[in-house]
Amino acid sequence: MTDTSINTTVRSAENDAQFSDFFALLKPRVMTLVVFTAFVGLLAAPTPVHPFIAFCAILFIAIGGGASGALNMWWDADIDAVMKRTQHRPIPAGKVTGEEAFAIGMALSVFSVVFLGLATNWVAAGLLAFTIFFYVVIYTMWLKRWTPQNIVIGGAAGAFPPMIGWAAATGGVSVESVLMFCLTFMWTPPHFWALALFMRKDYDNADVPMLTVTHGRRATRNHILVYTVLLAILAVAAGFTSIGGPVYIATSVVLNAMFLRGALQIWRRDEDMSEEDNFLAERKFFKLSLLYLFAHFGAILIEAGLDKFGVWA
Amino acid sequence: MSLSKQHDLHERRFGRNVGVGVVLVGLIAIVFGLTVVKVTNGDFETPATTTVSE
Repeated sequence: MTDTSINTTVRSAENDAQFSDFFALLKPRVMTLVVFTAFVGLLAAPTPVHPFIAFCAILFIAIGGGASGALNMWWDADIDAVMKRTQHRPIPAGKVTGEEAFAIGMALSVFSVVFLGLATNWVAAGLLAFTIFFYVVIYTMWLKRWTPQNIVIGGAAGAFPPMIGWAAATGGVSVESVLMFCLTFMWTPPHFWALALFMRKDYDNADVPMLTVTHGRRATRNHILVYTVLLAILAVAAGFTSIGGPVYIATSVVLNAMFLRGALQIWRRDEDMSEEDNFLAERKFFKLSLLYLFAHFGAILIEAGLDKFGVWA
Repeated sequence: MSLSKQHDLHERRFGRNVGVGVVLVGLIAIVFGLTVVKVTNGDFETPATTTVSE
């Protein structure tokens, strides 16, 4: 075999995948949300966990989340290639092949579930396995291309990490962990529909049945408002359970007032108004939604810390 | 004929190989750390055996 023959089997220099390209398969930005919410779930749990076990649990949950991201990129490579927002991802960019992404996704899925089970307990591992299955099979392979409610049901996958964190500490599921799940679950639709409103061409081109495409943009604005109202009720109500407290309630009331105001603005506007200022209100609402979730989980974390130090006792 | 030492491929894949190396070292550290914590916490203790007295 000569150097020349070897070169025919590898990609050209500009398309050679770097380590960062493989890391990008794990959707690091989504991973930050997974890490943070799982961390909050683990610390808010009433059972203390050894710091090293807690670190490993969060790491394995993050790897499991990343693995499902890689499998999502493997399956959705055709959609990613036509959407402006995703066409620089490693597979459509030609850096990583679909087979490589599939192999990495599968290997990391098995690794993360088995190691989470060994490090903590098999309830947490089972929840992580179900999350990966739900995101890859139920959402990516089935719902995403089939129903405009894809975001609503698929949002469950992103809502599991605090439950897994809680289960890693306690070995079970409780009302508090379900409430943390519901918070992310109800937050996902308005967050993604706001994105779909100002990234509309992307979803049209990709032929993904987003609500904006199938039911129109007026219906999407109505849906954002309804889900934001339901979310506000749930988010504030959670403040009166054991994961809540004065800090959480104050944070939740302020943020939900801002979020409701944003949703009302979006609801009052029509396409001409949005076009005029390049979807300013929708973009602001999307940015606020990121702060909304981080602040809510941050407040739960603060409450857990105050509780552990006996401040409210 | 094998790849020459100065082959372009080695340079291009250097970062990738270092990354894989770091991941493998991290994995060893995690498995070792978990083992130490589990053993010191008594998670691997075998149940006490009872001796039959006559």
